[in-house]
Amino acid sequence: MTPPVATPAGRSAGAFARAAWAAIALPFVAIVMALVVGALIILVSELLVTGRPFQPTLPLTAYQALFVGAFGSFDGLVATFVNAAPLVLGGLSVAIGFKAGLFNIGAQGQFLMGALGSVMAGVAVATWPPFLAIPIAVAAGLLAGAIMGFIPGILKALSGAHEVVTTIMLNYIAVGVLAALVSGPLKVPRSPSPVTYDVGNAAYPIILGRDGHLGILVALAGVAIIWWLLYRTTWGFEIRTVGANPEAARYAGMHPRAVIAFTMTLCGMLAGLAGTGVLLGVSHSMTSSFGTTVGFDSIAVALLARSNPVGIIFAAILFGAMRAGAGLMQIQAQIPVELVDVVQATILLFLVASPVLRALFRLRGVQTELGSTDTITRTYGGEAVR
Amino acid sequence: MDALVNALYAIPIVGLVFQFAGYLVAIIPPISPIILRGATPLALGGMCGVVSERSGVVNIGIEGTMLASAFTGWVVGVALAPVLGSTPIALFGITLPLLLALVASLLVALAVSYLHAWLSITVRADQIISGTIINIAAAGVTGYLNTLISKNSPTSAGSFALFTPPTALTNLPIVGWLFNMVLNQGPITMSMLVLVVITQVMLFRSRWGLRTRAVGEHPRAAETVGIDVIRLRYRNVLIGGLFAGLAGAYLSMEATNSFQANMTAGRGFIALAAMIVGRWTPVGALGAALLFATFQSLGQAIAFAPPGGELGVLMTAMPSQIYDALPYLVTIIVLAGVVGRSIAPAADGQPYERESAT
Repeated sequence: MTPPVATPAGRSAGAFARAAWAAIALPFVAIVMALVVGALIILVSELLVTGRPFQPTLPLTAYQALFVGAFGSFDGLVATFVNAAPLVLGGLSVAIGFKAGLFNIGAQGQFLMGALGSVMAGVAVATWPPFLAIPIAVAAGLLAGAIMGFIPGILKALSGAHEVVTTIMLNYIAVGVLAALVSGPLKVPRSPSPVTYDVGNAAYPIILGRDGHLGILVALAGVAIIWWLLYRTTWGFEIRTVGANPEAARYAGMHPRAVIAFTMTLCGMLAGLAGTGVLLGVSHSMTSSFGTTVGFDSIAVALLARSNPVGIIFAAILFGAMRAGAGLMQIQAQIPVELVDVVQATILLFLVASPVLRALFRLRGVQTELGSTDTITRTYGGEAVR
Repeated sequence: MDALVNALYAIPIVGLVFQFAGYLVAIIPPISPIILRGATPLALGGMCGVVSERSGVVNIGIEGTMLASAFTGWVVGVALAPVLGSTPIALFGITLPLLLALVASLLVALAVSYLHAWLSITVRADQIISGTIINIAAAGVTGYLNTLISKNSPTSAGSFALFTPPTALTNLPIVGWLFNMVLNQGPITMSMLVLVVITQVMLFRSRWGLRTRAVGEHPRAAETVGIDVIRLRYRNVLIGGLFAGLAGAYLSMEATNSFQANMTAGRGFIALAAMIVGRWTPVGALGAALLFATFQSLGQAIAFAPPGGELGVLMTAMPSQIYDALPYLVTIIVLAGVVGRSIAPAADGQPYERESAT
C-alpha cells in the first residue's frame, strides 16, 4: 500500500475517469472500427457495383449526412429520440434476459404482438377520453407482449426447449398472426389495402417538437424501473443469481424455472411496450406489413451497452441516430439505408472479438465480457435447468 | 372398411383429427416431390448443425451462412452469365456460370464458417452470440448489396433444372410416387439425400466420426489420446459450412433463380430444430426436416386440392397467412415435446482451452 500522493478529490476524479474509460473503451473502439469498415464497404461496392465515377470522399459525405440527419436540426434530434425510445425498451428486454442467462431473440415478435394488442384495444376505445384510452391501449400491449414472452419462458422451464429457437419461431408466427388479423377481422371495410382503424384518443400525446411523443418518457421510466428491479429488489437478485449460476440459485432455495418463466414474461412486456410506443406514438394504425428492425436492433443495443440499463440509453441513442439519419444519407450520398445494418453488425463483430481488440489496441484493465452470457450456451442442450 | 372410416369421421372434434390424417395420407404422394424440395435446405442446414455440434461447437449462424451463400450464388451468376453464356453443358440444365456460382457460394459459406470457428474456438467468444452476430451481419451485408445491385435489375444465370424420371418408374403401383419424389428433383436435392447417408455412416463408422463424437463429449479425454481438439473442431465447423452453403445455393439457384433480402426466412433455425428433434444425427435431421416441410407445403396442398367435408370447410376458411406460420408453430410444438429426451453432446457450446505444457 502506497500512501495517496494526489489530493483525495483529484484522485477520485482520476479513478472515475479510469473507470469510465474501462467501461466505454471497447464500445468506442468497436464503433470507430465499424465506421472504418463501413467506409471500406462503401468504396468497394461503389467501385464494383454502381458504375458511378469513383469518389474517394463518398464515405465522408455519407457519414456527414448521417450525422446531420440525426443531430443537425431540432427535428432531426427529436427524430433520433423517437427512434431511440423503442430501442431503449427493446434493449432492456434483451438485457434483462441476458441477466437471467436467457437470450431473447424474440423481441421482434413480442414487439409486433405488443403493437397488435394496443391497436386492437386502441381502436375499441378510440373515442374515450385520453386519460382512459391510453392506459387501456398500453395495458393491452403489455399483456400481448407478456403472453409472447411467457410462451418461450414456460417452454424452457418445463421442457428445456431453448429460447433461441422457440423465440425465432414465434417471431415468424407473430408476422403471420398480424397479417391474418389486419387483412381479416381488423381491416377497415372496403379499404383498398389492409389497414386497421386509427387509434384516435388512445394515441400518445406529442410532448416535444413536432413528432416527439410520450413514448420517449415511457422509455426513460422503463430504464428507471428495470434498474430498480434488478438492483434493489429480491426479484432482481434472483434473476441475476439464476443468470450467473442456476445450480447455485437452486441450492440457495430459489426456483430457477419460475424465475426463467417470469423473466421471459418481463422481456415480452418490455418489447411489447416498445411496439405499443411505435404504434400509439408514430403510426397510429396498423398495416399488414407493420414491422421495423427494432427487434434485432435491440440485441445490438443490449450487447453494446453490456446489459447495463443506463448504458442502454446511450446505445439506443446511437442506433436511433443511425436510423434517423439514414434517410438523409440515402438522399445526399445515394447510399442504401441498409448500410446502417452493416455498421451495426460490424460493431457487434468487433465487440465479440473484444479479446483481440484489447490485444490489438493495448487496452489494459478494460472490461471485455458481455455480461453473464455463458449460461445461455450452457442451457443449450436442454438439461441444465432444473 | 368405408363404413368404419365414415363412422370415425362423424365423431365431433376427434373426427376432424381422423379426417386430417386421412387427408394427409391422400395428399402426401402427389405433393411428395414438393415436400422433399422444402426439406432440402432444412436437412442440409441440420447436417451443418450435426457435424459442428457433434464436435462441440454450437452453430446458431446457419441462417446467416445460408443467406450469404444464397446471395453469392445469385450475384456471381449475374456477373458471369453475360460473359460465359448460358448453354447447358450437361444434365440438370447445368451451365458454366451456374457451376462457378455454386463454387463461389460454397467458398463464401466456408469463409463465414471460418469466422464463426475463429470466434468460438480461438477467441473463445460465446458461441450463441457469435452465431447471432453472423446472422445479423449476413442480413445486413446481403441486404445492402442487394439494394445496390437490384437498382440495375440484372438478369440472373437461371437455376438448376429438375430431372424428369422415366414414366415407367413413376407409374409403378404403390412405390411409383417414391421414385417420383426422389428422382423428379434438381441436383442439390439429390446430392442432399446422398450426403445424408454418407454423413450418417461416416459419423458412426469412421475414424473421423469416432474422433468427432469423442471431442464433442469429452475434449480433455480426446486430447489425452492424441486428438487435436482445436483442429478437429475447425475442420468440422468448415464441413458444416459447406452443407449450409449448399442449402443457401439451393434457395437462390435451384428453388428459385433470384435472391430476395432475408430469403432464408428462418430456415436456418428450423434446421436447428430439425437437428435437435433428429437427436443430432443426419438421418434424424432429414426425418424431422421432412415433417416440417410437410406442414410447409400444406398451404399449397390446400390451395390445389382442398379436403372434403367439414375439415375442408374449416381449412379453406383459414386465412393463408396462418398456413405460412404453420411450420414455425409445428417446430415449437415438436421441439417442446422432444427436446427433454434428446440429449446434446456433453461438451456442446463449451470453448476448449488446451492444457498448458508445463
